[in-house]
Amino acid sequence: MQPQRVWREIPQRYRLEAGQCRKCKKIFFPPRLKCPDCGGEAFAKLRLPTDGKLLTYTVVHTAPERFAKLAPYGLGIVELSNKVRLTVQIVDVEPEELKSGMPLRLEFRKIHDVGHAGVICYGYKAVPA
Amino acid sequence: MRPVAVIGVGLSPWGELWRSSLRDLFAQAALKAIKDSGAPRIDSLLVGCMSGGLFNSQEHVGALVADYTGLKGVPATRVESACASGGVAFRQGVLEVASGASDFVLVGGVEKMTDLSGDGATFALSTAADFDYEAYQGATFPALYALMARAHMDKYGTTREQLAMVAAKNHDNGLLNPNAQFKMKVSVQDVMNSVKVAEPLCLLDCSPITDGAAAVVLAPVELAAKLKKGPLAKVLGVGQAADAMALAQREDITRLEAAELAAQRAYKMAGKSPKDIDFAEVHDCFTIAEICAIEALGFCKPGQGGKFTEQGHTALKGSKPINTSGGLKSKGHPVGATGVAQIVELVEQLRGAAGERQLSKARVGLAQNMGGTCGSSVVSILGREGK
Ligand SMILES: [Zn+2]
Repeated sequence: MQPQRVWREIPQRYRLEAGQCRKCKKIFFPPRLKCPDCGGEAFAKLRLPTDGKLLTYTVVHTAPERFAKLAPYGLGIVELSNKVRLTVQIVDVEPEELKSGMPLRLEFRKIHDVGHAGVICYGYKAVPA
Repeated sequence: MRPVAVIGVGLSPWGELWRSSLRDLFAQAALKAIKDSGAPRIDSLLVGCMSGGLFNSQEHVGALVADYTGLKGVPATRVESACASGGVAFRQGVLEVASGASDFVLVGGVEKMTDLSGDGATFALSTAADFDYEAYQGATFPALYALMARAHMDKYGTTREQLAMVAAKNHDNGLLNPNAQFKMKVSVQDVMNSVKVAEPLCLLDCSPITDGAAAVVLAPVELAAKLKKGPLAKVLGVGQAADAMALAQREDITRLEAAELAAQRAYKMAGKSPKDIDFAEVHDCFTIAEICAIEALGFCKPGQGGKFTEQGHTALKGSKPINTSGGLKSKGHPVGATGVAQIVELVEQLRGAAGERQLSKARVGLAQNMGGTCGSSVVSILGREGK
């Protein structure tokens, strides 16, 4: 992965920056230029909360090469306390202990080892709260 | 808009075909379809191809396949909508004929997937998801469908066995299809005991990696009726829709909203409702996908897809036969070709030419094709006209 591709996502991956539609108040992660709900084009910058719950999950056994070392790993959709949802790995828990509805917290973690350009890719993962 | 008919169909061999290239596969299917059609000329070519670039380091697929099909000079357009590329190309072809812009349109689909290693193919397919927010996190395609499966099980009580029944049923149908890639009997137990890919999905819940192509020739009904004796496979309706790319951004993870919308549009154009459909080919890239698809198409109530399957309604001899061809699961899934191959199956059933898997009642058929986790979907309804 080329550095610029990783770099430009830093606001989202490191700081969980979302956009809130000024008109209808809906929050989007990642941010958008146009609100699909009300058509609004003005957004406020907002930082997502880190607490949420597990909506649905899987345990990935056949992983892409860059995640092969981690398999089997938990992956799920987390709904944060403000209703925003994101797809995340779930770590620091045995895969068989995963359960829909379980409380989780987002943490800043390494996502893959090293991209093609030698950059380490960081981001968020979920851990049991 | 002029009414449109499918006057010719063709398939290349499907499988792991090391001797066949992207261009050869396409030409094999296209030449068969043109011959079958009896069309005096081809005015335009559309080709569904998801990723010539990643699979074969080959973009500009439209011009390439036109050249090797002996159609130099025609407008050649490549259509991309991930695994729905073929179905979307078909809809574009129908609109092109209906508008009067062209009379005889060749619509093909092709994917040459085994030029890459398994991991390379997994990566190429993962680009149909939201790369920066799904694949980046370690989501694979089976993993995303597994998230849908788990949510469906949690919400509606769909069982692991019911998922496996989809695969077993489609392999039973594939056994009767000489063109299927995996002609083998698979039991519910076999599916559940196969190696875990992304829980709850196992290897036999997943469609395979396939090289293959499919093609059809379209013509306005007035010209088709002069060319062809016997009944015509008429296009009654087409519909297409897009949804949020990322699964996490859908309101209901268990619903295929793009497929629902595409179906509503196709039903409206055709003047048909779900009960008028005699049989359907649906996009069973994973077993859960077929369950969600039959719900989206209105064949059963939301959440009842598993039960509907378990009750045998979707079997070859059931009340609503689904994937008589064997589906993506057994017939194979060369992603760009799949949507066109679904139309080929509809036409063969409508013509009464489906051999051992021929249905006794096949007057109106429906094809549902989707890209990614249903970030896009297209639905086509065909009917048999005349005697
Ligand atoms: Zn808004």
